[in-house]
Amino acid sequence: MSSLILDVKNYSKSFHLHEQNKVIPSSHDVSFQVHAGQLTALIGPTGAGKSSILKGIYRTYLPSAGRILYHSAHDGCIDLARSDEHQILALRRHEIGFVTQFLHCLPRQATLDVVATPLLQQGMRAELAQEKAKELLNAMNLPERLWHISPATFSGGERQRVNLARGLISKPRLLLLDEPTASLDPKTAEKVMGLIQDLKQHGTAMLAIFHDPNITQQLADHIVELSPPPALTTLCQEKQIA
Amino acid sequence: MKKVLSVRNLSKTYGTGCPLCIASTGPEAETNVCPHCGSVVAIHDVSFDLYEGEILGIMGESGSGKSTIVKNLYFDQIPKSGQATFYDTDQTHPLFELNSAQQRWLKNHRFGMVYQNPHLGLNFNISAGGNIAERLLMSDLMHYGEIRQRVKTLLARTEVLLSRVDELPRNFSGGMQQRVQIAKALATQPPLLFLDEVTTGLDLSVQARILDLIMEIQQELNTAMIVVTHDLGVIRLLAGRTLVMKYGRIIETGLTDQILEDPQHAYTQRLVASAL
Repeated sequence: MSSLILDVKNYSKSFHLHEQNKVIPSSHDVSFQVHAGQLTALIGPTGAGKSSILKGIYRTYLPSAGRILYHSAHDGCIDLARSDEHQILALRRHEIGFVTQFLHCLPRQATLDVVATPLLQQGMRAELAQEKAKELLNAMNLPERLWHISPATFSGGERQRVNLARGLISKPRLLLLDEPTASLDPKTAEKVMGLIQDLKQHGTAMLAIFHDPNITQQLADHIVELSPPPALTTLCQEKQIA
Repeated sequence: MKKVLSVRNLSKTYGTGCPLCIASTGPEAETNVCPHCGSVVAIHDVSFDLYEGEILGIMGESGSGKSTIVKNLYFDQIPKSGQATFYDTDQTHPLFELNSAQQRWLKNHRFGMVYQNPHLGLNFNISAGGNIAERLLMSDLMHYGEIRQRVKTLLARTEVLLSRVDELPRNFSGGMQQRVQIAKALATQPPLLFLDEVTTGLDLSVQARILDLIMEIQQELNTAMIVVTHDLGVIRLLAGRTLVMKYGRIIETGLTDQILEDPQHAYTQRLVASAL
């Protein structure tokens, strides 16, 4: 049995929109675990709160309820839902990676630099980080002529590969993947799946959302099915006055 | 991680003040002017910590007290109450308990400030190089050749043409004046840098290059920075954590991506929704 990395207990997330005076429920009472060297996949209909879970773990969203127990390399067990912001920033830099659904980067930053960023943040020398970025982009079939220009001008599939490369390059202890194979052609998707398998072998714990059930079947060690959230609630009258 | 600055319960009021000031101002009262005595509660009960190499963003609308925080920490103003502790390499300084000579020493040696208005940060009667030399002199570098060399290195770093070292700042464009200001602020390699709306009013391409420069400096020197801005783009680009201010109070703090994607406070939600 491989070691437990992430233990999510009764996670819920809802959005309280003050202007519209509404509470939008998203993930609801979700519990699951992620182990080292294994991939847990989240499935469920659109709006069931799959992405909300990933964002809650990364603390891009502030969880509404539940506990997110992360077993860190050096600092023991940390509840990501409540942990100090500086601790979250340190974990993001050294242990937890996130491949978001869309790539956000500066329109003036070269692809190589975008991919090398996580290594630079860990303090690696620039030349070495660039070397590693080149290796990875090669492995992902991203043509060399694109390396020195910004991904802002890339096609969806090219961009997605840059996004993935940036997430994989630092070999994080926990990797969150939000539809990493969407908009890839079958051949490239195959390559990317190979890289994900490699990283699993290396011991990275993964939590992923795939749009394609076949890929989920091939890569996942555990599958967590989410049900759609309860209906939308409007706040009661008293709150409206407040 | 090493703590660089810790601020506790910092408050600043303009005017005589009265016992009702605090209760009758703030986000709930939707004003920072006390209706009883007319005093302005610029900031009240501001607390935060800053770590080495960290960029902390302070955002909020005009008059929310953003700049007042850095002005008090940089000794441009005297706070009404509160503590701030600066953790230097080998000693700690209780900022508001120091005498003015000690404060000036910290200002000249260990802090850097870049103002929105270059007139506040630069002496317009002496050359760009002279401005930086002045700061180097204040930090006890006395050798002419060394000063000259250091000035050139700094201006080259901030991409100011070396052929213009001896020109007056008034002949420079706004973006260039900001670069000279940044070079001046960095002259003593301070571990703590305050940036007050440094790109406001500059055109986009100049803004981008100055922001890139700030990020590079943070990576190279591991400088801790407080960035005051009303520009969400600047916050998103630079800050790891962000404080949101309204009517002199901190109404929300969090990781920058969380503040922008999942704001909790009604005001922050409105602010984020107003982004272009």
